[in-house]
Amino acid sequence: MGMTNSAPEPAALIRARGLTKVFGERTAVASIDFEVRDGEFFGFLGPNGAGKTTTMRMIAGVSPRTSGTLEIFGQDPDLHGSEIRGRIGVVHQQETLDMELSVRENLLVFGRFFGMDRAAIATRADELLELFQLSDRAKDQVEPLSGGMKRRLSIARSLIASPRILMLDEPTTGLDPQARHLLWDALQRLKRGGTTIVLTTHYMDEAEQLCDRLVVMDQAKIVAEGSPRQLIAEHASREVLELRFPNGTESIDVKVLEGIGDRYERLAERVIIGCENGEAAHARALEHGLDPESWLVRRSSLEDVFLRLTGRTLDE
Amino acid sequence: MIASLAPRAFSVFERNLFVYRRQWLMIVTGFFEPLFFLLGIGYGVGGVIGTIPYGGVDVPYAAFVAPALLASAAMNGAIFDSTFNIFYKLKYGKIYDAILSTPVGVGDLAVGELLWSNLRGVIYATAFLIVMLVLGLVQSPLALLTPVAVIFIGFSFGAAGFAITTHMRSWKDFDFLFIILTPLFLFSATFYPVEIYPGALRWIVELSPLTRGTHLVRSLCFGDLNLLMLGDIAYLSAISFIGYRHAVRRLGVLLLK
Repeated sequence: MGMTNSAPEPAALIRARGLTKVFGERTAVASIDFEVRDGEFFGFLGPNGAGKTTTMRMIAGVSPRTSGTLEIFGQDPDLHGSEIRGRIGVVHQQETLDMELSVRENLLVFGRFFGMDRAAIATRADELLELFQLSDRAKDQVEPLSGGMKRRLSIARSLIASPRILMLDEPTTGLDPQARHLLWDALQRLKRGGTTIVLTTHYMDEAEQLCDRLVVMDQAKIVAEGSPRQLIAEHASREVLELRFPNGTESIDVKVLEGIGDRYERLAERVIIGCENGEAAHARALEHGLDPESWLVRRSSLEDVFLRLTGRTLDE
Repeated sequence: MIASLAPRAFSVFERNLFVYRRQWLMIVTGFFEPLFFLLGIGYGVGGVIGTIPYGGVDVPYAAFVAPALLASAAMNGAIFDSTFNIFYKLKYGKIYDAILSTPVGVGDLAVGELLWSNLRGVIYATAFLIVMLVLGLVQSPLALLTPVAVIFIGFSFGAAGFAITTHMRSWKDFDFLFIILTPLFLFSATFYPVEIYPGALRWIVELSPLTRGTHLVRSLCFGDLNLLMLGDIAYLSAISFIGYRHAVRRLGVLLLK
């Protein structure tokens, strides 16, 4: 995609051109291009089934691509999978912890998969347990841990060999808000330490909070790319007026909606209006005779970008 | 040695060592089955029939049966691990997905699991050999080589079991496994010489991998070195190789989509 800035850019650690994955009749990823640069926090934002996980699996060298080129550290994962995986940490969407091992053993065994020697693993394991606040559970079995703890352990495990790139697939799905924020803090610390982080999410706020740059995926394609701020500036208005109509929005006249703000999206029970000034737009809506049950004005978010690009909300 | 030859495969083996440090009882139980057969059939039935002709001489029935039970102990050790445990890991534990996100590949994974299932077979066989020594059922010092010989049995049944397991869809499919294993155990020249079978039937039984394994172990226990033992080893190695190749291919299909 058009990365023609004149400023020198850090080297790309991951580079995909025309990357495509087809499962039988279904195209999961349809010729996408992207680059992830060294030290960057990069996101794939999109609804379930958009092709994010498949893309992650191709990068991690566990899903051979159908066509296109893909380079990680300048190498083809189909040919150098093992080497590449040795420098990548992967956190799966589903819990893949070893339920037959204790918390600490999960780390020890994993280090061996990376070919580390036992002494180095032990030191690193204790360091990571400390860092992810799991030291006092080191000897416990994994099963009874809370969801947030399991996720932290998964991330700790993926970091055992100090990877250059950390890949996280939907890392906060299913976590309560407090556990989510704990995780966000941990990820930001890692990024400051120089780890390149790639994550997928269908949470707008997560992408907005964490990502330096992201691509929006929908139906196997990339539909937009940029920093969260850029995307909002390009694809959304400054403010958003939301009007709620519990009895449905079908009866509202198009002409009325067009007259309120710069753009609008009509959902089942809500009308979302992009505008410069939400208060003023609300006043205009009342002038046009609309009678919403409730309304609110907020700043535009990635949610609005997605809605604008696809005509759908993310959680649909 | 294996650790330096195939470090990634060995790391998978090590993972199982970690797990079974706490579950050693499960391993111990697998040892008792052949022991009960030895007591019940070897001595029980043996007490009635006394001796049986083997290699042109009459030998005590228990001494004839024991090597076959040792071979089947190795078979059981290998096959239970490579079927039940691997099915669980493939289907429920997502542990293979985690392992394959590291430098470990499907080939390493298969070799590591087979090494492990084989260890179990070797442990059973060695324990059983000690029992045989204590009971005076060993006829030759060559019997001390049986723990090495059972490696061929362990790999062939481990690899075949692994290959079959990659096709299983639910626990119900394991019924088929028993339909194969029970007759294999009963009819593979375990309790009587293979010469008892008439014509074509005999040749089918001769092709049973357990018949070959039993022949190998029994020859050692009686100090009867013969060329057919090389055939046993070649045959079991071929099954190991084919099973391994198929298992690796199927792991690729199942896990590297």
